[in-house]
Amino acid sequence: MKQHIAVQIDDLTVAYDYKPVLWDIDLEIPEGVLMAIVGPNGAGKSTLIKAVLGILKPIAGSVSIYGKSYDKQRSLVAYVPQKGSVDWDFPTTALDVVMMGTYGSLGWIKRPRQKQKKAALEALEKVGMLPFKNRQISQLSGGQQQRVFLARALVQDASIYFMDEPFQGVDATTEIAIINILKELRKAGKTVVVVHHDLQTVPEYFDWVTFLNVKKIATGPVKDIFNDDNLTKTYGINYKVSIQE
Amino acid sequence: MSSAQIEIQLIASLVAVACAIPGVFLVLRKMAMISDAISHSILPGIVVGFFITQDLNSPLLIILAAITGVITVVIVEYIQRTGLVKEDTAIGLVFPVLFSIGVIMIAKNANDVHLDVDAVLLGELAFAPFDRLEISGVDVGPKSLWIIGFILVLTLILLTAFFKELKLSTFDKGLAATLGFSPALIHYGLMTVSSVTTVGAFDAVGAILVVALMIAPAAAAYLLTTDLKQMLVLSVLFGVFSAISGYWLAHWLDASIAGSITTMLGLLFLIVYLFAPSKGIIAVMYREKQQRTEVSLLTFLLHLKNHDEVNERHVNHLYEHINWQKVRAKNVLELALKNNMILIDKDVVSLTKKGEEFTSKAIDYIITNEDSQIEDMKDDFFLFRG
Repeated sequence: MKQHIAVQIDDLTVAYDYKPVLWDIDLEIPEGVLMAIVGPNGAGKSTLIKAVLGILKPIAGSVSIYGKSYDKQRSLVAYVPQKGSVDWDFPTTALDVVMMGTYGSLGWIKRPRQKQKKAALEALEKVGMLPFKNRQISQLSGGQQQRVFLARALVQDASIYFMDEPFQGVDATTEIAIINILKELRKAGKTVVVVHHDLQTVPEYFDWVTFLNVKKIATGPVKDIFNDDNLTKTYGINYKVSIQE
Repeated sequence: MSSAQIEIQLIASLVAVACAIPGVFLVLRKMAMISDAISHSILPGIVVGFFITQDLNSPLLIILAAITGVITVVIVEYIQRTGLVKEDTAIGLVFPVLFSIGVIMIAKNANDVHLDVDAVLLGELAFAPFDRLEISGVDVGPKSLWIIGFILVLTLILLTAFFKELKLSTFDKGLAATLGFSPALIHYGLMTVSSVTTVGAFDAVGAILVVALMIAPAAAAYLLTTDLKQMLVLSVLFGVFSAISGYWLAHWLDASIAGSITTMLGLLFLIVYLFAPSKGIIAVMYREKQQRTEVSLLTFLLHLKNHDEVNERHVNHLYEHINWQKVRAKNVLELALKNNMILIDKDVVSLTKKGEEFTSKAIDYIITNEDSQIEDMKDDFFLFRG
């Protein structure tokens, strides 16, 4: 059986002020995987996602989503940025933030209507945040804010989801709620790519993993490549995780 | 009221509204200082335009000045991107240079025309009604009223059309970019509108008041609401209120209109800053005091829960054991009594059932930090809000 390639990254190099943070990355992300991107701080994990989504301009290389450029495939892709990337004191409600996920399908000028509102409410329901729909976003806990972000991505009804550290600073309940939703997405045939920090949970949460440290170290199924050898190559020191049985 | 008085108030109000709208987005984008930069650095644009047209209200002058405004933003961002200086430093470097070029140009060439540095800084609202617009010989009102009116209509059209885009790119630039709404395009659109508004308002109220009209109403509204549309409406109302009350203050004091409007803006912000219901300084202080008391209460209840010994629960012993001064201990004791959380029997304190339940629940929450446990307690206790 030949698996479709959801995201194809060729020779991607990204630099901040001429200092490369990603060197010549070649990466294929097969359709329907739940992939963790792991690597030390400054390895370029977030940068990789941002370059794929066109938020950062690479100095070399190309990215294609199902064989076409990102600009043509926008509607297939949803993105959950790091929670800290926005100002949570912004005057708006949880529902309104989720509605923002529908803006892409609306295009310029057109306003969200009943249909978009309904979709947003459904997404809030899925992440268990419906009771908080009218709450101002600064009045939400860190875990609740992360769920609102997840709902905003769900409402886009995309094929590929990119998430930048969705488990950062959330409580255990939220972490389980989020991973369950991600697993549901995979079950529905979606591709999910997650920048992840906690190596201990990689085998439990993900079926695919990419080791990244400025260069790509390895990519493949967790059961084949999540081992001390790759961890040491990625993190530099003699790294050993006790993988739970 | 004479018609000139009405016209002045009308111009001041329209200027206030036209400034308040971009001001809201500047404040939310934490770019308040950029409006200061724009308002000063458009001066060379105005001067050059004035030399060409000899008319302070010519559209060419507005266009030239607006371009200077946008150039300012571009230069500031360029300097900042080099990473050698921070944004506020970049702003502080760029606008004085452009402003002083304007000042020198006025001093060298325009000594005998109606364009002096005082008017540039503070505006001359009082003279605005004298410069009339005539269409085929018919007087249709002051020129500045038409200019700011036109700019305001344009701003309102853009705001209505691109409200969604402005909101999205202000809140989350990254998402805006991935959804195909170029944040750069929206950013420079906003900068252009801010520049045009500044130029339009400049002649009437001067460089300093333009900044105040953009920032103060939005900053005050920000403290009062958690809804962007409401914030826009409140900013507009605050702007108009300050414009009209400022005019009458100036009338009463026989002082500068621009100065009086700015004073009203300052006072208005001060009042909101002090008295805003949830974000105001008094509300915050009150909340912090309540939270301190509630923490004390919880400490006290927990102490009772953990100690069965009578001597640990004796009223007099409590002062020593929890290390509190008498007044504080008395306050906490009264609060607990008022909420039926304790019973005092012969100076020995014990928890009631309610007190027991409350303590376990609160401790549970603090340990697990699970939100669902605490939702129903939020209304009664500050401690568990936000």
